[in-house]
Parts: sequence; structure tokens; C-alpha cells
Amino acid sequence: MKASVIVFPGSNCDRDVAVSIKKITNLDPIMVWHKETTLPKSDLVIIPGGFTFGDYLRCGSIAANSPIMIDIIKKAKKGLPILGICNGFQILTESGLLPGTLIKNDCLSFICKIVSIRVENNQTSFSNKYKKNEIINIPIAHNEGNFFADNDTLKKIEDANQIIFRYCNVNGEINNSSNPNGSIKNIAGIINENGNVLGMMPHPERATCNITKLYDGENLFKSLAESLF
Amino acid sequence: MKLNIKIMPKNGVLDPQGKAIENSLSQLGFENFSKIRLGKIIEVEINEGEEKAIIVAEEMCKKLLVNLIIEDYEIIYDREK
Repeated sequence: MKASVIVFPGSNCDRDVAVSIKKITNLDPIMVWHKETTLPKSDLVIIPGGFTFGDYLRCGSIAANSPIMIDIIKKAKKGLPILGICNGFQILTESGLLPGTLIKNDCLSFICKIVSIRVENNQTSFSNKYKKNEIINIPIAHNEGNFFADNDTLKKIEDANQIIFRYCNVNGEINNSSNPNGSIKNIAGIINENGNVLGMMPHPERATCNITKLYDGENLFKSLAESLF
Repeated sequence: MKLNIKIMPKNGVLDPQGKAIENSLSQLGFENFSKIRLGKIIEVEINEGEEKAIIVAEEMCKKLLVNLIIEDYEIIYDREK
């Protein structure tokens, strides 16, 4: 699997995600600077977390207009798999590849902790190694992770099973107290209509190594590796 | 031509910053106020006449400056004399 990791000024999870990809697939991903105008031949594009362009204007809004995004948007529309993590998710909504948007956490503070999320849909190339309704533990670290969409958009993504992950408690219950940031319907990750663009606020790459002693992110990369080979 | 673009969170969209300001003002003893919303103003100088400048500003708003899912905007300027 040839994966490209896009690097913007202010990206800071690019190397972490590269380590995860290497660990799972045994292949080095290609690091692609945002000023490039053409993607190298890739089976997967990852837009990593960070604080691109200092989160100026709105999180992800400046990066969504970087030169490389034109080619990414074009290829995403033709079916190229794209994974956006945290700020990468924000960039994908700002670029119009995913519906909705991410606003400030309702608790008014930056949250950095391990949360439980429930796998709502495992029929995607990003989540097929998980069981449906499996509860997994993945870290979050964000100030603007509060997913928002208008009612029509929300109904559409719910009806089409586009919600992939929801915040839950250790028993898998989805309610206000298991919602860390105010996201509508506890949404932690969604996929586009065609099933090739996934955005998620939790960091699966931080749950693939001995440093954090968390491994629940591995199946996401394994799902991709198996589906895309 | 100089224009100001006023961007505000849409009605009904949670505005945690407005809430935080409200709480702080209450703590300072202010009463009988409500509905604080925090937005932003972007100043821009567009080297065109009034009509064209507004068209360009509208385009800037739609392409980058405003997220229409959560924000409303208003282009404010002094009419050309």
C-alpha cells in the first residue's frame, strides 16, 4: 500500500502517522509538502493532525486551499481513499469533501484524553477489521472537535450510515455524559457518501504503539492495508 | 475601495466564546444583559470601483472568509461619493 502523508506548516502528527503506517504495512509512506501540485501515485492519502497555519481564520480553512488540495479533491472525487485525522478532519470539512463542520468544544477548553468510541459502521475500508458496536479506546486532543451540521445534513448522513464512530462510555452507551466536546449525536468520525473519505477527531495513530500502551487504532490501518492491497 | 466584512455565528449555532464572555461579565457584576455573540471583522482594501469591489468581496467570503454552515456575513462600506 502506497500511502501519502500530506505535510502543512503546523502539521504535527505527520511523523506519528508515518510510524503507524510503517508498523502496520512495513512500507514507508511518502511525505508530501502542501505546496506540491500533484500527488505521487498513492493508494491512500492521509491528512494528519496539527494546527495548520496556526488555526488562523477557522481551523483547517487555510490548509483546505493549499495547492496540493486541488489534486486531492479531484482524486477523492474519483474514489481515492482519504483519511483525515483531527485537524485533517477539519481540513476535509473545510474543503467540502465531508459534510458539516467542527466548532469549538462546548466545554470551552482544549481536551486531551483517552476516550471510548463505538464503531457504528464496520462496512467500510477504514473500519472492516473492527466488529460492529465494538468499543475502542483512542486519544483525542483538540479545541475544535464539536461536530455540527444542519438538520437536513444530519438526517442524510445518519440515513446513509455515514457515521462511523461515536463517543460513548466504557459500556458503549451514547449520551451527554459520554460526549466530550458537544458534538451533535456524539459524532466522532464520519465518511462521505461514496465511502472513500473518512474524517475523525480521535487519533488512531496514537493507539498503535507501546508508548501510549494503546493499540485500538491498529485495526483502522489494518483495515486499510487489507482493503487497498 | 475599503470594505469591512462582518462575520457572525449563525443564530442557533453554539457560540462558546460568547458564552464565556457572558459568564465573565456576570462575575464582574453586570446585570440585565444577554445574547452576547462573538464574531469578527475583516478589513480589506480592494482596488476596484464600488460595484466590482462588492462582487470580489462576496467571492472572497464564499471561497474562504466565511463558513456558511455556521456563519453569516455582511459587507459594510461607505458609498462612493
